[in-house]
Amino acid sequence: MVTAVQNGTETGMRELTYTTAAREALDEEMERNPRIFVVGEGIGERGGNFNTTLGLYEKYGPERLRDTPIVERGFIGMCTGAAMTGTRPVVDFMFLDFALDAFGEMVNQIAKIQYMSSGRLEMPIVLRGCIGIGGSSATHHSGNYYPIFAHLPGFRVVVPTTPRDAKGMLKTALRGSDPVLFLEHKLLLNAKGEVPPVEADELIPFGTAAIRRPGTDATVVAIGAMVDKSVQAAEQLSQEGVEIEVLDLRSIAPMDEETILASVAKTGRLLVVDEDFQPCGMGAEISAVVMEKAFDELDAPVQRLNGVFTPVPYSPVLENAVTLSREQILQAMRDLMAE
Amino acid sequence: MSVVTGGGLDLTTEQALWLLREMLRIRRVEEALARSYAQGLIPGACHTYVGQEAIAVGVCAHLRSDDVVFSTHRGHGHALAKGAPAREVMAELFGKATGVSKGRGGSMHLFVPEVGLMGTTGIVGPNILQATGAGYSFQLMKTDQVSVAFFGDGAVNNGAFHEGVNMAAIWALPVVFVCENNQFATEVPFDYATRNTDVAERARAYGIPGVTVDGNDVLAVSEAAQAAVERARSGGGPSLVEGRTYRTRPHAEGMRDGGYRTVEEIDAWKQRDPIADLEVRLLDRGIATQEQIDAVRQEIEEVVADGLEFAKTSPYPEPDTAALHIYGAS
Ligand SMILES: Cc1ncc(C[n+]2csc(CCOP(=O)(O)OP(=O)(O)O)c2C)c(N)n1
Ligand SMILES: [Mg+2]
Repeated sequence: MVTAVQNGTETGMRELTYTTAAREALDEEMERNPRIFVVGEGIGERGGNFNTTLGLYEKYGPERLRDTPIVERGFIGMCTGAAMTGTRPVVDFMFLDFALDAFGEMVNQIAKIQYMSSGRLEMPIVLRGCIGIGGSSATHHSGNYYPIFAHLPGFRVVVPTTPRDAKGMLKTALRGSDPVLFLEHKLLLNAKGEVPPVEADELIPFGTAAIRRPGTDATVVAIGAMVDKSVQAAEQLSQEGVEIEVLDLRSIAPMDEETILASVAKTGRLLVVDEDFQPCGMGAEISAVVMEKAFDELDAPVQRLNGVFTPVPYSPVLENAVTLSREQILQAMRDLMAE
Repeated sequence: MSVVTGGGLDLTTEQALWLLREMLRIRRVEEALARSYAQGLIPGACHTYVGQEAIAVGVCAHLRSDDVVFSTHRGHGHALAKGAPAREVMAELFGKATGVSKGRGGSMHLFVPEVGLMGTTGIVGPNILQATGAGYSFQLMKTDQVSVAFFGDGAVNNGAFHEGVNMAAIWALPVVFVCENNQFATEVPFDYATRNTDVAERARAYGIPGVTVDGNDVLAVSEAAQAAVERARSGGGPSLVEGRTYRTRPHAEGMRDGGYRTVEEIDAWKQRDPIADLEVRLLDRGIATQEQIDAVRQEIEEVVADGLEFAKTSPYPEPDTAALHIYGAS
């Protein structure tokens, strides 16, 4: 598998949006593998609520771009059976909040069937859709929930943040034999970035964090929409002579402990920036790992910065109040350096 | 809804003895498991299929080994009728390494995909959706395989039934939905759980055929299943088959069996034993002789004795296999 080189100067790079890059991955993989099919509401002729399948219906037809009734539990359970019998479903659930109607199917069936069958059945299913706070989406369209799934044996959980990763990680998801929760933060969907040429056929492996900004004084592990904000905050702090290393976790499960530990060994300080809730969340997990495996490297207690522990409100003023700002991240970085 | 009697079935001796053999295999395996449970040899749950054998056997009689079955918590019968080896099913309940799920499953997690048994399950409902999904696979891959969901009366009020049957109907998937209406979900009577106890009638709500059969008459089940399987295999879409039956043992071994039904009712249903019924009819019609029936009985005694011995003497799994197979190879 190809490891991503995020800042290299490579030939043939194109500027694509996140959604276009992910759609390109889906298209390429559907072309390669006739057993891939997509289900969801409005993913056929309409091309998806978020344009995830735009143009694919014309190319692959209704059996492979299957518009469904509004039956999240039903089609996720159905795709479980499909994945057990030789095909490779992609569930386009729009918002992860909706897929919660199928929580039992995901937890009791999808995550456990490889195990229960003693490895005689595979579960190559991709569950994809939006997460995250933004756009006054309010409480039923803003959930993150990824630690819940990372808690369970059997799942792969990824939160790509760049167009290149969206493409490369979706391709990885569509070639593996495990169930993958592929989560796209809604504020990143239109973000643009460089994507290698089609011929590169780049697969970005799970379980690798990406260093978005190298630094020596402290480590920030960020997730989803917090990555870019953390990089911006780090740039600002750089003007004061403090160099923060920003890691994009991007693969929630499996988690790249190695890169985190190596960075902490270098910097001695760690802040986890996560829009999702603090209790039992990724910050708790990362901090426990660092405490267990790199306690002696730490020059300060591990810090966590999370979104407010509340259902997400609607009004822009209220929504802002629960979202992490660049200023808050900057302040948390300063606090960490002051420890 | 029409009621099929099974009277018109032209059976060869070979087919008839297969039906008998499979029903007996299930019955005797279940009885052996029940005894083993009482002896403390089965560490977990054990829901037997005693009394309901005609349904699994009548349906599986029409399935190929590459057809698939998605079963329930009461799934030993489905596993056996689909071709799972008795000894490996028994070993699984004993928690042994030689069990169909290498000891990680038990009664409610039997997986033998090699013969199309895609799992028994500890959760009521999801298997209906999964069977629908297998139908989706077969349609997409353009094979002529058929997928079957077995489920109890308890499952038909669950959303999975509605969602699964509806999806199979709108996409004309090759699925047969088989409801084993044994009239109770644990201790809850079906007529408590629904205003309309005619399950097959629900098919009309989804625009698919529905038929009620005497679930203790293997020939009736077989006739209805044949039509449903052929319909599915030839691209005609799904059907719903309801078999009216009764479990003559408690919901699970070790549980009480009073308070919610009477001894008289249980005895009356024991009189309607699907196995004895088939034997009588085969003899009456001259399809099989007493010697042939006795030979089947003898054969099954040996299969069960062998299975029990195998289950008892097989090793337990190595503890370090407990966390294998959580993820796939890639
Ligand atoms: C979702 C779910 N809820 C509850 C249970 C507990 N439970 C196990 S079997 C059963 C009754 C099922 O009745 P039915 O579907 O009629 O099957 P039967 O036992 O009669 O064969 C219940 C409630 C379960 N396994 N799954
Ligand atoms: Mg029942």
